[in-house]
Amino acid sequence: MFESIRLDWRSLVRLGLLAGVIAFSLCTIGMVETFNERELISGVFTVGHVLLFAVPAGVGYLCAKDSSKSKRIAVLASGFIVGLFSALPLIVLVLLVRAIDLRELGLVNMSPALGDLLTFNLGGVVGSLVLMALTGVLGLAGSAVHVMPDRIRRPLMNGVLGTLGVGLFSDIVIALLRNLFGRGAVRLLFAAGSLKPGVGIGLFIILAGVTALWEARGERFRGGLASMVPIPGRHLRLVGPVLGILVVLILPLLLGTYLSEVADVVGLYILMGAGLNIVVGLAGLLDLGYVAFYAIGAYTMAVLTSQTELGYGLSFWTALPLTVLAAVLAGFILGVPVLRMRGDYLAIVTLGFGEITRILALSDFLKPLFGGAQGIQKIPNISIAGVEFVKPEHLYYFILAGCLLAFFISSRLRDSRLGRQWMAMREDEDVAEAMGINLVKTKLLAFAIGAGFAGLAGAIFAPKLSAIFPHSFNLIVSINVLCLIIVGGMGSLPGVVVGALILVGMPELLREFTEYRLLLYGVLLIVMMIVRPEGFWPSEVRKRELRAGSEEPSPAGGGNPVEPT
Amino acid sequence: MDILTSKQVTKNFGGLTAVNSFDFGVPRGSIVSIIGPNGAGKTTFFNCINGFYPFDEGEIAFEGHILNGRSPDQIARLGIARTYQNIRLFANMTAIENILVGMEPQLKRGWIGAVLGSRSTREEEERAQEEANRLLQFVGLVGKGDLLAKNLPYGDQRRLEIARALAGKPKLLLLDEPTAGMNPRESADMMRFIRNLRDELEITILLIEHDMRVVMGISERVTVLDYGKKIAEGTPEEIQRNPRVIEAYLGRGAATGLATGA
Repeated sequence: MFESIRLDWRSLVRLGLLAGVIAFSLCTIGMVETFNERELISGVFTVGHVLLFAVPAGVGYLCAKDSSKSKRIAVLASGFIVGLFSALPLIVLVLLVRAIDLRELGLVNMSPALGDLLTFNLGGVVGSLVLMALTGVLGLAGSAVHVMPDRIRRPLMNGVLGTLGVGLFSDIVIALLRNLFGRGAVRLLFAAGSLKPGVGIGLFIILAGVTALWEARGERFRGGLASMVPIPGRHLRLVGPVLGILVVLILPLLLGTYLSEVADVVGLYILMGAGLNIVVGLAGLLDLGYVAFYAIGAYTMAVLTSQTELGYGLSFWTALPLTVLAAVLAGFILGVPVLRMRGDYLAIVTLGFGEITRILALSDFLKPLFGGAQGIQKIPNISIAGVEFVKPEHLYYFILAGCLLAFFISSRLRDSRLGRQWMAMREDEDVAEAMGINLVKTKLLAFAIGAGFAGLAGAIFAPKLSAIFPHSFNLIVSINVLCLIIVGGMGSLPGVVVGALILVGMPELLREFTEYRLLLYGVLLIVMMIVRPEGFWPSEVRKRELRAGSEEPSPAGGGNPVEPT
Repeated sequence: MDILTSKQVTKNFGGLTAVNSFDFGVPRGSIVSIIGPNGAGKTTFFNCINGFYPFDEGEIAFEGHILNGRSPDQIARLGIARTYQNIRLFANMTAIENILVGMEPQLKRGWIGAVLGSRSTREEEERAQEEANRLLQFVGLVGKGDLLAKNLPYGDQRRLEIARALAGKPKLLLLDEPTAGMNPRESADMMRFIRNLRDELEITILLIEHDMRVVMGISERVTVLDYGKKIAEGTPEEIQRNPRVIEAYLGRGAATGLATGA
């Protein structure tokens, strides 16, 4: 039967080597080694391994996807071969590292330790063979995942991904366990912050088993579940949202101080995301200097409340409306000169505005007002009726309230006349104007309201840190906010939350990532644009626009079957 | 009594005079066509009327208001709406949203009311929605309100663009080649539809058109532009017989040939 299997060797080798080169690059930039310090399963398996193994497995899967019409055995063989070849560049790497010390040439990550890591401390020859065999098997596994039927794949994938997820986000799981069941539970399941091997296997079996059960007798299972809950069926779909609200409300209690701090940062980004979502997502005005309004909010709050000689010593609550007002005014002021600009030009000018704001705050010229590089200290905590919001757990509620307010205003505006004006302007500025829309007013409102949300975020940020410095308001903040909107889904409010969790929350939890944050942003954005251009949680309309565009293609706004003059 | 008058309007693009000392009037309640060969300045004149282009000389007046120096949104609010030669819908908005945007000149409530959910705002929104649905029905797009404009078939897009223009309750409607890209049957439908607009909604209509069957079948008056200058004006019958028009369209030889042949 083997004569009937024909393999496209050339493309397999090419694909395999390509994957190998990717793994090679991951090693040379030091990612694998850095991540190797973070154990997923205590003493056995690290994040570095995941990264290294994901490449052959992924390419095996892709290879199977491309050749899904071939015979099953051929697909599996292709996966295996691709996996084998993906090891070659890594073996070259091992040889290189062993032969010469590349670190002297500036490739600081190419250490002998990397070679040992890649060969599993088994020595050059044996280790390389083991590595090759392993990548081959992983490639085979990757293609097998594609070939196997759903009822096997789903439990398997849920088991693997679920276990990896728990390992990766062990901080959250540990915090939950500690706060719900006490330290004993944590010691039982985790060792030094990573899953114990037995627990990992157990978790995999449980997850896979539950999924398999669910798959096999889903209907009956669900029916049984419904009859167990003493609520009438029509209220059943309320259970999810009610549970969600409850979790959001008690989150700080579950998470503890450190993770609440993370949640606070995520919350501030959500607040800013909601604002920029209006400017970019709805009104289509690409603003790359959004951090300016955050800075203006923070500095206004600092100047008004600080107890140093720079400040006026007002209370937070007196200063808050003034701060938001200042940000809104700043939005107007930026808006006026850029009224006539579109697209790229607007992006460049706003980029400049963001930098100007930071540099002014840093300058000696304005040092008497803003303290230059030393920033402004002694910003009092937020307090309500004498109770101070000091801990991140307390601030969480304050930020939550800010986000809810921003979401409420955003969603009301999106569905209003102004929201339609913004969208019309985004689609075609000239035609919008010819429909009777006052572009000046509409643009300025977009900038001003967007700036107001960032100002509110800044107003909370200042007392949260109790001191602010110009370097907190870098260009990277603007980029972060813009990226989280794109990743979440332009114009979508739930998308803002999802984007902030992925781009701001995840890097905080996976501290090893910090060094590679920008690299991962780039990779994520590129992959998103190719695989899921509408974002993780797109708005309804946008989903249709990008996905259903092919259902009845016909020209609008430009195209015309006959081109008359 | 003319609803729109143009006196000596001139528009230059660098060295090119696209519209040259154009005198023109549109009687209230009429259907008037502007025709002319490609590049004669017809669309440029439309762009002068609705404020896209500031013109160099002359004066355009609408119902006693001088339009010189007004912005397109102000002119739209005076009651002039238009469609475009190459359809320019808000492609990524739904059909109903397109119409609601067209309703802008009629809407008054501000954004603060929308945030607070005030009663007057909600009532205005409800009225607008009803009105938009009525318009959708009027142009025969019932049930397609939630489709994205760009996903509608070509003919529907043309009609949606007209519905959007009508939503602002204009007194004067500028149609730039409404039957472009249509087959004879669709063109005939469009003619009936345009006549209905005038008869039922009492909207004055000024259109640019290339399809002579449409022009001659629908217009009460026809004005001919060539190289930005008016070369003829009159009823469709007069225009059809005018040698200068035939010359502009077909060239001098053809014109003399036709004249001697006749």
